[in-house]
This record gives sequence, structure tokens and C-alpha cells, in this order.
Amino acid sequence: MTPVSSKLYADDVSLLMVLVDTNPYFWSSMKNTAFTFPKFISHVLAFLNSILLLNQMNQVVVIATGYNSCDYVFDSSTSSMQRAECLLEKLEDFVDKDESLSQEDSVDGIGFSLLSGSLSMALCYIQRVFRSGPLHPQPRILCLHGSPDGPGQYVAVMNSIFSAQRSMVPIDSCVIGSQHSAFLQQASYITGGVYLKPQVSDGLFQYLSTVFATDLHSRSFLQLPRPVGVDFRASCFCHKNTIDMGFICSVCLSIFCKHHKKCSTCGSNFGEARKQDPSASDQRTSDGS
Amino acid sequence: MADGKLVKRTKYKTSVKVPGVPGVLKLTKERFYFMPNDPTLTTKLNVEFKLIKGHKSSKECSSKQALLNLTQAQGGNYLFEFDSFPDRDQCRDFVASAIAACGEIGKATSEKPAVPHDEQLSATEMGRRIKLLQENSELQKLHRQLVIGGILSEAEFWAARKKLLEQSENKKPKQRVALKNDMWSVKPLSDGQTNRVTFNLTPEVIHQIFAEKPAVRQAYLKFVPGKMSEKEFWTKYSRAEYLHSTKNIVAAAAEAAEDEELAVFLKQDDMLVSEARRKIRRVDPTLDMEADEGDDYMHLPDHGLPQGETKEILEPQYEPFKRSFSQYLNQHAAVVLRGRVIDVELGDTRSVAEAFTRTYQAEQATEVSDENAYRERVKKVSQVAEIEDLQGPRDPPVALLSIKDPRDYFDSQQANAIKALGDAETGIRQMKFSVSKEEAFCSLKDSISEINSQGLIEPIISPEVALKVFNGLSQNISSTKYHLGKNPHESVLDQLPSATKNELLLHWTSIQELLKHFWSSYPITTKYFYAKVTRLKDAMSQIYPKLQLMFQEIKESVQSDVRHQVSLLVQPMLQALDAAFAHYDADIQKRSAKSGERPNGFV
Repeated sequence: MTPVSSKLYADDVSLLMVLVDTNPYFWSSMKNTAFTFPKFISHVLAFLNSILLLNQMNQVVVIATGYNSCDYVFDSSTSSMQRAECLLEKLEDFVDKDESLSQEDSVDGIGFSLLSGSLSMALCYIQRVFRSGPLHPQPRILCLHGSPDGPGQYVAVMNSIFSAQRSMVPIDSCVIGSQHSAFLQQASYITGGVYLKPQVSDGLFQYLSTVFATDLHSRSFLQLPRPVGVDFRASCFCHKNTIDMGFICSVCLSIFCKHHKKCSTCGSNFGEARKQDPSASDQRTSDGS
Repeated sequence: MADGKLVKRTKYKTSVKVPGVPGVLKLTKERFYFMPNDPTLTTKLNVEFKLIKGHKSSKECSSKQALLNLTQAQGGNYLFEFDSFPDRDQCRDFVASAIAACGEIGKATSEKPAVPHDEQLSATEMGRRIKLLQENSELQKLHRQLVIGGILSEAEFWAARKKLLEQSENKKPKQRVALKNDMWSVKPLSDGQTNRVTFNLTPEVIHQIFAEKPAVRQAYLKFVPGKMSEKEFWTKYSRAEYLHSTKNIVAAAAEAAEDEELAVFLKQDDMLVSEARRKIRRVDPTLDMEADEGDDYMHLPDHGLPQGETKEILEPQYEPFKRSFSQYLNQHAAVVLRGRVIDVELGDTRSVAEAFTRTYQAEQATEVSDENAYRERVKKVSQVAEIEDLQGPRDPPVALLSIKDPRDYFDSQQANAIKALGDAETGIRQMKFSVSKEEAFCSLKDSISEINSQGLIEPIISPEVALKVFNGLSQNISSTKYHLGKNPHESVLDQLPSATKNELLLHWTSIQELLKHFWSSYPITTKYFYAKVTRLKDAMSQIYPKLQLMFQEIKESVQSDVRHQVSLLVQPMLQALDAAFAHYDADIQKRSAKSGERPNGFV
């Protein structure tokens, strides 16, 4: 994995962007298990406090990833919201707002939370910090995510991942749901962060403090969990399905699950010749990326 | 050549020295004809290629004749001289293919051992093969087993490895002849009696002069052949050299005043001077030449070279005619070290001169302008003598592109497959779940207010769970560290005793080799292929029981958990052999069914 380069300034001061999954459908599904939302919040708050105690210049920003929207719920650098109560208050307001934005009455299954939105917000915040001056803490993003991947967000999420890679911000991910997240696997893989799916959800705090608490500089000296495999499958642009094999536009690299006459992204016309030979050039396997 | 015919004008000779009979050579696939231009002559030829054993040709060189020599199997030869080398080469290639074709047909029709024509191997080709075998012990083993065991012929074995041979050939670029390291190649020869002084100029010497003295080169391009002939030019040059060798600067200046062309040679080379200036600019800026002044030969006049140059004080008007020995030495050294920069035949003086000018101009073009050069120099100085504390913030360093071990990819694929199995169960559970919007949001809000009212859960984590997590994590990390990226097959092989492992690997490579030859022989079009397939099949059926026996042995000796993996290794080999046998049998049956209707021996 590519080492994350240090950005000057004291190398052990961190800016931690925590994306908390507040998808109500996901947490409803977890209600009957041992790991409930209050428990989750307790673990996360304890972790955030320990981050702030590690270095007095450390900064923590929490972004709630809702079902319809996302928002900042906590920022340790603003004096007005320095306590946990503030976070909960803000979180409550956020859930209210999220509900008012909701249009459909019920969702099949767990539904997807707006990961692409919160990732973009985190990156915007980090960009602002980068531009504030030469002295800034080292940023990283931690996704605490439980909802399954929304294939419809594929392009947006990938774009966020690549912009994070460009600005050398690692995306750590801790999956608290029952499924692995291909998006977050790729995000951590590409940006050089850590991907982890805790086996014992009760011990979330232990996982967080052991794996995700160390600053980027110290990481180079540590053996952190490495993913055994990364799911590189992509979503097609036409139906937003996750596919193993499909068609790819030779001009703009858009991915489709079926053959189209014209690329919906860039408008290139695909030739007729390949009809006789469907196994020809446009075929691809997504794992090759 | 495409229509199987080639006609060329040539001379037929009985030996190299005789002038030969001019005529026309006509080549077809089976035979060649020679018709003399003079129909009265009796030197007509009509020879079958079957009788021709080999061919030789003269080296391509402007001074030599373009000869092609066809040697007869019963001794004796046919010698042809062509007008040009391309003509000769075309005929040679045609003859080579014709001989090869005849050889194949001839051997296929005769019932002799069905080995393809063993083309005349040159010593270098042979050496290359031997070297490859020496370098690669696996290849050597295979070679010993298959070729010396008589299963494959030498040519067949190497035909499959043409690439390997080519690679080893490409590794060594052809050696290029460097310039002579001789400075005094233009030596005047005087016969002592008359006042004549002779200079001996060869193309090689001219090349050297052009390389070392750009001014002479420029003068040559300017004067020859417009103003004077080539001979006049070199005479003038020689005269200038002679004047220099006498070291009589005053006399040289006097001569130069009379003849402006001669002056070009006698004056200092302007181009060299400007080039020297340019070179000095490119010297490492941190090098302090003044600080080194006390070193070695600097205190001696003329750098300590034993050259008794005239030390008389010259008037300034003679200054341009002075030539320092060390300058000459340096220039010569620079040219020799650079090696041959042009790739032109030395015979044509003009083209040599032009080629030099071209390369010189190309160099000039790539040189940066003065301003850029200055900037570059400043940059270099700051790079070499950098004080870290005074540097501004650097750009983020670029992460190098690291191409990963492809094995990681396959391992991850395997992990994905395993994961997919596990995920399938959770997927089913998830689908059943469905709640309304109000319910979901209400429960989330309830949870938040629950925290508000009851406070955080305390303790957050029980010591037992923490220990469990900690142990699990460290185990996970250490296991991925040691097992990641390892091919599971390798580990199985490593568990076997080394003798068995080697034997297994040898079987595997030889089976692969045999199968490659086996399948490439189909469809069987000639008797030769038929014989080869039979040979290969016999060899394979010998290996088959050996492999089975070994498999049994391994099965008995190793533990049950490895057994499955070993069988995963061996089974594909046996299956591949089975497929080959089945194809062979089917082919034989088809053949025998057909041969009933056809005359015997028809292939």
C-alpha cells in the first residue's frame, strides 16, 4: 500500500473526520441484536474523547450520514460544541431534518445511507483546512458504516475516493453491518487506509482504539490489519447493478451491463460490427482494474 | 518469389578468379536453370535442388563480388556472380527455401528416419544453444530426456524455443569498432633525398580528422568540389599540417597571409573554441578550478608534457596561429571517448563530412539557450549546496508506481469467493426486513433520547471482550502477514520430500513439452507427422504409469489433508495425457476407416 506522506507540521497531530452511519432503517434492523445505536454511540464517543486526549491539538469532526442527507454534527475546533451533549442534540436535529426530507413511506430492506454525500463533505472540510495555511493537522477520514452499498452512488463514491487519493487523505473504514462493503474496501485500498470488519461488535471501542486511533506518522511503524481481498466489482451506469462482467465504452470508460447502441455518458456510437462477435473488444472483467 | 519463380542476371563461374559466363539464372521450386547470353556456348545448366546440399555466399562488402555457391551432394559446386548484393540475397533466400522444401519432401518420401532437415547449423547457433542449456538446468534435463532419449529431434526441440534463442541473441549487441586511439596518424613520410614529403590519407584517417577538427570539415564542405578538387584540398591540408609540425609559427603566418584557404587550416579552430566554452559552462558548478590550481602538473609549463615547444615571445599578430599540444590532446581524447557517432560508409568523404555536420547541428539544437543555461546552472548550484533549514516547503513527494505481485490478485479472488459464500446467508436474512419510515426514524430518535436520559453505557467494554478482540486482532494480523501472497500449491509441494518434488516437476515439464509437440502435429498431413505423433504417444504412455505410481506413493506417504491438494496437482496432468491418448485413438480409427477406400500409403 502506498505510504501516506506527511504534510509538514507536527507529524502526530490529526484531524479525524468521522462519518457516522445514521441510517434509521439500518439501526432498526439492529434493534434486536446486542449491538444497538446507544451502544454504538457510547463506543464512538469514548473513542472520540480518547482521540482528543491523545494530543491536545488533535481535532475531531463528526458527520452524520443519514438516509436522505448528511450534516456536520460535531466539531471539536468550535468552542460552542465541545461536549457530547452538543453532539447528541445536533444529531437529534439532524434526524428530524432527515425524516422531513424523506419521501417514500417505507423502504425494502435496510436501504442505503448517503455515503457519497458525507465523503464529499469530509473532503470539502479537509480542503478548507489545507487552504487555511501551511500549518494544519494531518487529516484522515474514518467511516463507521453499517448500511449496504448503494450501487446508485457508485460514480459519486468513486469520484470521492479518487479525490481523496489525490489529496492524499486516507479513508479508514470500519464496517459495523453484517456485510462487507465493496465501496469502502476499494476506498481504503486506493487511499492507503485500513479496512476492518469487526468480528465481535461488542468490542467496537477496542477495535477503534487499537486500529484507528494511531496517527498517520505512527502507522508506518505498526502492523495494522490488511484486507485479504478487495471486491473490485463496479456498478453499471445504466441500471446501477453491481456486475462482474460487462461492456465498457472505449471512449469514456463508462460501464454497462448490456450492449447499447450509443454511450449514454459521452454519446459515442458503438459500431455494428461487434454484433457478430459479442466476445470482442468491448467485453471486460471488472476485476481487472 | 510468390509465384515460385525467380529470374536474375548472373555470371556462371567455374572458380572465383575467372571472369565467368554472363547469362540468366532462373530458379523454380524444384530446380534451377542457367542460360548463357551467348547461345553458342554449351554451359547450360539444369539442376534439381534435390541434388543440392547447401549454399554459401560471400560477405557483403563493396570491394567483394556478390557470389553464391551451391554445393552438390556428390561433391562439386556451382558458382554464380551477381550484379548486386540485393539480387544475390534474394536468390540465396529462394535457394535456401527450395533446398529445405526438397529436403523435406525427399525425406518424407524415402522411408528413412523421419527427421526434418537438420539445417546446417553455424557454430554460433550451436554455441548459443549450448549456452542456454548450461544456464538453465531444467531445460538441460528436458533436453537430455527428450532429445538424447530420441523422442524429439534437436531441430524440433529448438523450434519450440526460437524465442528463447532470439532473446539470448539480442542480449549481446554487436560490437562496434571504436575509433583508433592513435594520435599521429597523419605522419609525413619523407624519402630523404628529394624535398618531397608524402602524407598517407586513408578513409579512416579522414574520418578521424573530420571528427577532431570541425573547421577542416566545414572547409571541405565549402571548397570541395566547387573551388578545388578533393586532391587539392588534402594537399593543402597536408601542407598546413607539415607547417605545424615544423613549429615555425612565423613561417606559417606568412604562408597563411598568401593563401586564404591555407589560412583556414593554420588558424585556430573557431568552432573548437566555441565548443570548449560551451563545455566549460556545463562543468559541475561546484567545481572550483582555481582551488585546484596548485595540483599536479599545473606548476609545470604545458602541463608537464615533454614537448619542446618554442618559447619565443610572439607578436600578437601570430597569436591565432599558435596551437597548443594539450589542446590537441584533449580534443583527440574527447573524440575517441565519444566513439563512432556517425554511421556512414567511410569510402565517400563528402557524406562523412555531411554526417558529422548533421550530428553537430542536432547537438546544437538540443543545447539550451544561454539564459536557460544560466538558470539551470543556478538551480544546479542550489541543488548541490542545499541547506535544508532554509528550504521552502517542498511539493508532496510523488508515490512511486508499484506493480504488485500478481499472486495477491488471485489470492484475493479466492478470498472473495469464500466471502461470497458467507454473504449469501446474511443476504437472505436482510431481505425479510421491512419497516415503515415513521417507525424507523422514531426508533432512532428514541435511541438518542435514551442516551440523553440514561447517559452512556458504562463500562463501555468488558475486559473479557477487550481481550478477545485484542487476541483476535493480533492473530489476524500475524496470520495475514505470513500467509498473504503465498500460493497454496507451492506450500503443498514444499511439504513433499525434495526428490519427489523434483521428480514431479520434471514430469510436469516433460509432459508439457510432449503435449505441445503432440498437439502441434495435428492435423497429420505427412508421414513425418505421423511418425512423430507415434513417437510422442509412446513416450507419453511411458510416463503415464510412472506418474500414476508416484501419485500412489505420495498419497500413501503424506497426510490426508495434503492428499487432496496433491491430487489437485497431479490430476490435471493425467487428464491432459488422457485427452491426448483419446484423440490419438480416435484419429487412428478414422484413418484406418478411410484407408480402406484409399490406396495404401496415402497420407
